Amino acid sequence: MRRNGLRVWALHLALLAVLASAQFWLSPYLATNLARIMVLAVFAMGYNLAFGYTGLLSLGHALLLAAGMYAAGLPALLWGWSAGPAFIAGLAGGGLVAAVLGLLALRTAGVSFMIVTLMFAQAGFLTLLYFAPVTRGNDGFAVAAASRSFLGFDLSTDTPRFLAAFAIFATGLLVSLALMRSPFGRTMIAMRENEERSRMLGYNPFTVKLAALTLSGLYAGAAGAAYALLFGYVGASFATIQYSILPMLYVLMGGAGTTLGPFLGALLMFALVEAATGLTTAHQFIIGAALVALVLFAPKGILGTVRERWAKWLP
Amino acid sequence: MSNGLLHPTRRGLLLAGGAGLLTAALPGHVAAQAAPIRIGFQLHRTGIGAAYGRWYERTTQAALKAINDAGGIAGRPVEILFEDDATDPKRGSEVVDKLTQADGCDLVMGTLFSHVVMGSAPRAGELKVPYLVCSEGYHVASGALNRWTLQPGITDVRAQISTMAPWVAANLGKKVTMVFPDYAFGHDHRDFFTKAVAEQGGEVIAQIAVPPTETSFTRYFPQIPAETEVLYHVMVGPAVLTFVKELGEFYGTGAKPALFGFVDSLEAVDTATPGLEFLEGSHFWEAHPRVKPADAGEHEAAYRAAVGVDDNGASVSDAKDISTYSHMFSTWETLYFIKQAMEASGYAGPADRQKLVEAMEAISDLPYGIERPQGAKRFNGKTHQVFGTQSISQVQGGKLVKVHTTTIEEGLYEDAVDYTTMSF
Repeated sequence: MRRNGLRVWALHLALLAVLASAQFWLSPYLATNLARIMVLAVFAMGYNLAFGYTGLLSLGHALLLAAGMYAAGLPALLWGWSAGPAFIAGLAGGGLVAAVLGLLALRTAGVSFMIVTLMFAQAGFLTLLYFAPVTRGNDGFAVAAASRSFLGFDLSTDTPRFLAAFAIFATGLLVSLALMRSPFGRTMIAMRENEERSRMLGYNPFTVKLAALTLSGLYAGAAGAAYALLFGYVGASFATIQYSILPMLYVLMGGAGTTLGPFLGALLMFALVEAATGLTTAHQFIIGAALVALVLFAPKGILGTVRERWAKWLP
Repeated sequence: MSNGLLHPTRRGLLLAGGAGLLTAALPGHVAAQAAPIRIGFQLHRTGIGAAYGRWYERTTQAALKAINDAGGIAGRPVEILFEDDATDPKRGSEVVDKLTQADGCDLVMGTLFSHVVMGSAPRAGELKVPYLVCSEGYHVASGALNRWTLQPGITDVRAQISTMAPWVAANLGKKVTMVFPDYAFGHDHRDFFTKAVAEQGGEVIAQIAVPPTETSFTRYFPQIPAETEVLYHVMVGPAVLTFVKELGEFYGTGAKPALFGFVDSLEAVDTATPGLEFLEGSHFWEAHPRVKPADAGEHEAAYRAAVGVDDNGASVSDAKDISTYSHMFSTWETLYFIKQAMEASGYAGPADRQKLVEAMEAISDLPYGIERPQGAKRFNGKTHQVFGTQSISQVQGGKLVKVHTTTIEEGLYEDAVDYTTMSF
């Protein structure tokens, strides 16, 4: 166990070290995209906490991403908040909306849970459109330069943006790793594996799942806020179903229920889009075919398969 | 040594002559080998903008060929890199990044959908790359964007709508009911038309906002007041056919208000499609009349031939493939605008991007010609927005027939921003 623990921490810290240094050896184009990937990976890590570890298959995570994005972006737009307070507002927004969503949606399970979360997300999207005079609706808005500064650093420039994305990603990754090695993390997995047995052992499935979903919402909120502040745009398109499916794809590709799977999935998906658009105008066909192949031949995702066959110690 | 100069050898003469010939040939040689100007095109190849994207690409290819055949830009050949943005704002900003940083384009152009423009413009501003949109949104002139974003190829929706109100009030009626999709595009129409028609002594007596996810409209029609003289509709997307069909069923053969719409609803849609009969006799805004008008300008035929569109606005190779004629000219005109500004500024490469934007801001009058087949334009360097004439067409025998053209002046409004005072 102890040896495994060292190996696990070493692997995660090594990945973080490589990522931190990446801005020095990647081209500005790839470094900016790595910052994007890290922000999206935070979203996917949050999705993984709910789906991968706790077994909550949500189709409504776009709502949580958008909650964080608007909770950070609107105060910046309306009252000129700077990046620090705006980010905290985004984090809180994602967590709060997830908690309320959980209170209502967790009365259901399985397919019903998918449908209820989907409906809430759709209602959230329409709400953003309905209050267009405030939210700027479908068009969205650009976040002003003044709100994109943190402790004097301009987050619209390459290095501060990369470092901010890295800091959020590293925090998210280490928290999720620590969580999975904690008793609460094991309770989450117990809910996924056998909810009835967990209940019999004295755990309250509702509170565990609510806590997991709220944590997931904090991650989604952080990602939404980070996207708004680092890339300067807030818009209702992030509340559409597409952004509920994306984290699921990342997680399924990288490996559901693995700490590094969400990042790997987000990274590979970006690489796949880049490679496919370079090859043909029918790039979506290639991406679709790759996903079908993945589901057929590695249903547990890449790291899920690696864990199953070669590295049982992977968290 | 001096002997050599006074009595040149045959080999020396040959060498000198050869060198002279090479030198003489050099400028021509350099011009032929000059690095091409690379223009990145953010294309809606997939997603909800795909029908527009297809025609934006065709029109741009046609303009590119015309420009290169005539010697390129400042003697340099031009090449265009098309990159799909899936009509998505997030991918849009990534595409701006890719075209600029990975592909080394001199500038980026071509975006149509407003939300993609809003999502991409901040990145263009960060990269300090000129970003020329073909979107007709009011976002540029409203001041919401930045010094690097310009719209030189198409009039914005605020001006388009404002110019329609006088004609509608004078010819169709003064009591107007508006039916519009409940998001930004519809809200622009609601706000600008309501104001403009009030200035003409008319009145919007009901505003019916329809959620964009709606697929049937029958429950909204009873909200149309009976005294309505004009029904102003701007539904878009696949719902248009249902909307028109259900509206026809609602009114039946009885009295109905005059209908006025924006052709955005029917871009890439054949007006003779079964189910659209109810539109017969109704009027539409068009920027560039789809069916070639009898009084079309002298360059209209050449433009249609170049982009492969017949006199009915359909593809010459497939009469069922209807163009997005009222929008696609903007890419053609934007490309010629780029040519004009690059040549005026002596643009040599990315280091001159700021100089290029300043040259664009200095442009004002853009006369009618093959460079601007839709009509003459006036560019406002302060608001980064161009203004042109608009048309009103009537559906007659299933075809859009132009009945009125506005002036440029009718669409002008007070500046909401002065981008030239902003830093680069």
